[in-house]
This record gives sequence, C-alpha cells and structure tokens, in this order.
Amino acid sequence: MTVDGQSMKMNRRRFLGALLKGSACIAVATSLPRLAFAAWNEKAFKAETLEGALSNKYPGLEIVDSTALKLKAPAIAENGAVVPVSVKTDLPDVKSISLFVEKNPSPLAATFHLTPVNVADVSIRLRMGETSNLIAVVESGGKLHRAQQEVKVTIGGCGG
Amino acid sequence: MKIKAKVKKDVTKVKMLIKHAMETGRRKDQDGNVIPGLYITEVSASHNGQPVFHAEVGQAVSKDPYIAFSFKGGVAGDKIAITWIDSSGATETGEAAIK
Repeated sequence: MTVDGQSMKMNRRRFLGALLKGSACIAVATSLPRLAFAAWNEKAFKAETLEGALSNKYPGLEIVDSTALKLKAPAIAENGAVVPVSVKTDLPDVKSISLFVEKNPSPLAATFHLTPVNVADVSIRLRMGETSNLIAVVESGGKLHRAQQEVKVTIGGCGG
Repeated sequence: MKIKAKVKKDVTKVKMLIKHAMETGRRKDQDGNVIPGLYITEVSASHNGQPVFHAEVGQAVSKDPYIAFSFKGGVAGDKIAITWIDSSGATETGEAAIK
C-alpha cells in the first residue's frame, strides 16, 4: 500500500507521544489502527488445542460467556470446506473478534482487529474438518466475551 | 479479487472475494505426497488511505476467501483498497469505490 510509510511514521510518533504522556494515552495508542502486516500471531495459529490457541492469542484475559454477541453459522454444514460464519455485537469498544473451531487441527481460524470506526459485524467462510464447536470471542472492555455453537459437518473440509 | 463496498446510513459494508488456493499443508496429492501449505495470513483494508480493517487468518479459512466487514464514515465515491499477503510473502492489492 502506498500509504504504509506515512501511517507507520504517524503511529510511531503518536506512540512515542503516548509513552511520555502516561498510561491513559497508551490506551489510546493501542486502539489506533494497527500497521498493515505487522503481526501474524504464529504461536496462536499453530497451537493445536483450543486452550493453547486462546492463551497464546489473548494471554491473561478473563473469558465470560455472553449473550451480547450474535454468532451466526449453520447448524448443519453439508460441506465442511465452506462454512459461512458471521459475528455481530453491540458491545462497546470492540478491539478484536476471533473465531475458533475446536476440533480443527489448528483451532484459531481468524482474528479481526477493529478500530473505533468499525461496526462490530464481520463475516467469513471457514473450513471445518469434522463436527465441532465453533467459538466466537469478542475482546471488549479488557475482557473476552464468548459465544459458541455446534456445527454438524457431513463432509469434512480439511482432508484430501 | 472482487471488492464491493456499499454505504447505507453512514455504515459502509465492504465485501471481498479473494482468489487463493489456501492450501492447508495437510492435503496429499495422487501419489501421496503432502502438498505444501500456502495460505493467506493477513488482510488489510484502507479507506481513502486510512487503515480501517486488519485481519489475521489461518489455514481454516476456505479456498477463495470471502470476508466482510463494516465501518462508519465512508461516502459514495471514496476509495477502498484491500491488500493481502500469504505465507510465501506474495501479495495483491485491489481497489474499489464505495457505491
């Protein structure tokens, strides 16, 4: 992207400014748009268990079950290779939304990083190897809000 | 890649369809050899040059990924640019105007 250099400079400047001004400003700096292609969380994506993926993705954050997010996915997916999933929430100040497929070889499927201009409403199509719980986690107010749903898969999407 | 962006009551919904094999690295070819993994790892979007969205994705995303997100403040005619990078470092950028 042609604006990368520019936005990187701006972020760095704001971040340094925030360091000087104290912790209140650091909260602002971390909610700024992230740099393009700054961080693919390899540890979390390569984790082989749901717990491992969650703790690598969101270390130390408390998880609460919540009805404030709407996870939309089919109850039965005929083709596990293409399972449409969407997550919506009215929770304030959403920093990120992550999707996990509990029984996939690598449970973490995707993380969406949101900024204050975003509306917390995302959709994606996922692969599911077998019938499994699908877990959506919304990071808001320093906590993780979780919703889950079982998706029955008749033809798996990971095999060859 | 195909990008559609539509504004309705101050909320712009952006939908993208990216052409990519998204090889998981777990599939085998006819001779039983493992096909090496090659999948998109990150997708970023900007609105008139300002970043508005960033996603990290893994092997569990379907072939030819479809992703949608929404943001506030877009106006018809504004430029949306989307860039992805895959595990081999290949990238592609696509652009569309908000309708």
